[in-house]
Amino acid sequence: MRTLILAALLFVFAGGAFALTPQEGALDPEQEARYRTLIHELRCLVCQNQTIADSNADLAADLRREVHTHIAAGATDDEVRRYVTDRYGEFVLYKPPMTARTAVLWIGPFLLVALGVLIALRMLRRPRAVATPAPTADTERLRRLLDEEER
Amino acid sequence: MRYVRYTVPVVILLLLIFLFYRGLALDPREVPSPLVGKAAPAFELPLLEPEGQSLTPKALGGRPVLVNFFASWCAGCQVEHPLLMELSKQGVEIIGMDYKDEPADVRRWLQRHGNPYRQVAIDRVGQAGLDWGVYGVPETYVLGPDGTILFKQIGPVTPQAWERDIRPLLVGAR
Repeated sequence: MRTLILAALLFVFAGGAFALTPQEGALDPEQEARYRTLIHELRCLVCQNQTIADSNADLAADLRREVHTHIAAGATDDEVRRYVTDRYGEFVLYKPPMTARTAVLWIGPFLLVALGVLIALRMLRRPRAVATPAPTADTERLRRLLDEEER
Repeated sequence: MRYVRYTVPVVILLLLIFLFYRGLALDPREVPSPLVGKAAPAFELPLLEPEGQSLTPKALGGRPVLVNFFASWCAGCQVEHPLLMELSKQGVEIIGMDYKDEPADVRRWLQRHGNPYRQVAIDRVGQAGLDWGVYGVPETYVLGPDGTILFKQIGPVTPQAWERDIRPLLVGAR
């Protein structure tokens, strides 16, 4: 009963400061650390570009509570991730696992950089046009024009 | 060779335009549910009427149903409500899942707007909502006769969604 009231109270005050610690003290330090890492890896579906650690949305509070309960019950990180992805899909993972579907996501940036380097190298290697000496005849006139401008 | 130099950037540009056109037309708020094609998640929730009884997925089997997560505090639910009323008149079976709500509030709400639901279950803390992957009411699930989730409508059920996505499923599942 006490935990229930406590949970309800924390629910009501689940604002910024309370966001990270729904039931303080229920986890040992190692679990607490895992809890903190996990909530920073899970996306809040209401606000989408926030993690459930950052978000003040109701749903984020619920998900934090779920993660907390699961860890307290002895679930591994993978089990917690599976619990969430089973319900909300892989979109909630800020670090999606490397699969055939997400390969482009993981490798794409490196491919683009490699492509850029290749193009840059080719352009650098290309023989430059023979430098023509600057026309000396005009320098005098140019200086005069510039002088005029300054005046 | 000269043509290659000019066509490559043009092709890349066209590709980008195509990708942006496709990508920006998608609604990021619509997160496809991994539950589509799977059995409806288990739950046991108290019914609004008759009091003291509860609803489980077993009670939904045997015929196609719509499972509609709604709440009296939800604005989008009022948007879809007239359509749900109309559908229930046509004989579509709709189960209401009252999400994070008080029985007294939802009773008043149903009196005011009408009750399209065959049964209303109270999901007071939102646990069933979590298990069903609800992230914002209203959300509506189409269940086949075997209790499989066939489709999920995120946000209000619109006449277009009903005609295009939901009705064919109900007709096919009958």
